[in-house]
Amino acid sequence: MSGAPQRAIVTGSSRLRFAPHVKFRHDETRGRWVVLAPERLLLPDEQAVEILKLIDGASSVDAVIDDLTRRFEAPREIIAADVIGMLQDLADKGVLAS
Amino acid sequence: MSGDIAPPLALLAELTHRCPLRCPYCSNPLELERASAELDQATWQRVLSEAAALGTLQVHFSGGEPLVRRDLAALVRHAGAVGLYSNLITSGVLLDRARLAELVEAGLEHVQLSFQDSDAVSADRIAGLAEAHVKKLAAAALVREAGLPLTVNAVMHRQNLERLPEMIELALKLGAGRLEVAHVQYYGWALANRRALLPTEAQLERATSVVAEARVRLKGILTIDYVVPDYYARRPKACMGGWGRQFLNVSPAGKVLPCHAAESLPGFEFPSVHAASLTEIWYRSEAFNRFRGTAWMPEPCHSCERREIDWGGCRCQAFALTGDAARTDPACALAPDRALLDRLREADAAAPAGDFIYRQIGAAPAPAGRYFLAHSP
Repeated sequence: MSGAPQRAIVTGSSRLRFAPHVKFRHDETRGRWVVLAPERLLLPDEQAVEILKLIDGASSVDAVIDDLTRRFEAPREIIAADVIGMLQDLADKGVLAS
Repeated sequence: MSGDIAPPLALLAELTHRCPLRCPYCSNPLELERASAELDQATWQRVLSEAAALGTLQVHFSGGEPLVRRDLAALVRHAGAVGLYSNLITSGVLLDRARLAELVEAGLEHVQLSFQDSDAVSADRIAGLAEAHVKKLAAAALVREAGLPLTVNAVMHRQNLERLPEMIELALKLGAGRLEVAHVQYYGWALANRRALLPTEAQLERATSVVAEARVRLKGILTIDYVVPDYYARRPKACMGGWGRQFLNVSPAGKVLPCHAAESLPGFEFPSVHAASLTEIWYRSEAFNRFRGTAWMPEPCHSCERREIDWGGCRCQAFALTGDAARTDPACALAPDRALLDRLREADAAAPAGDFIYRQIGAAPAPAGRYFLAHSP
């Protein structure tokens, strides 16, 4: 790595993980999943939770989309657009890293 | 959970009011607590356990300067043990390598470091402390070396707003992931110093366009948080996300407050951690329920379509400017008292800045009453 930091662009071949010091966990009090991050707290909806559960630092975004397409019986291109849009937004917020 | 009241998201733990800096816009109350009044370590640990049991997810260790507490690492460790995500809000001037290593080992997740300016001479003058800026630069480098995420909190006002582009560059150079462009808001010490701090409209417009440009250029590299100061806003900010909705604040002496400035409000009995549990206080205390939800709201708030967005704005500002904490925040363009805020803004922005009244324990300036308008509650 050299030079100025650059924005990470999420594509099908990206392999994403939670950024250091970001925690994705189930909160017993609220009975829902939460993302704890520096000065940020996200309460993802059910669809986002299903995506985030597949973020493991090893799987490609394409593999995540394939998995969701099998389970949710929706057209792959629709799922792909949703997934990449959401992951790009979370990468831009510093919640996810590649 | 209890009825419609959701548990708080975060605890602001104001460990102390002691601080080596003397910033004239400090968000602490004018009447500062002395060291002898502070909760001890065991009591803070109980408070952290109670916060976690109540459903709180994050704790912000703040002050004053939290690093003056020698037990800070023990408190961070306890927060982690009970499941709270811990954030340190610091001036950085007391942070050294050994102290940071102790905090990292204890499980600290994030540091928010305040900067008074990008220019060292001006920064040290505003902080009221020689060498403060150079110590902050060193602290930021230590935080990044330790692998912790860093937020730069840039407190902006009339006397430094011209250097906002340099502040953004400074945050980038320090490796911050987030920059809070924090326009001073006018309560407490900042209210007493409003004339010295309030920016002009031209300054503010330029700053807003600088932020808009930087957000596009730095997308995915540096997140920039920006809120227009109330005196130039058309709608009030949802102070604390609404009274008793997301945050609870514990003062150095153990008062439990819906916001850090709430002790400025008269006619309240704010509960103490010595007298009740945080769960009892959050759900059942009169203080937390008084301005919760929308039932308490006067018009034009009560029938406003934004009532559950703005939550009526800020109670402390309503009190500071009108003498009545239950009135509509004058920051709203629809508020009956908006003309007062406009008059104050125009008068202060046109006047020479004058000298700062520096923050000091035991030296509170005149009470907020001097800012009241003719309206009497």
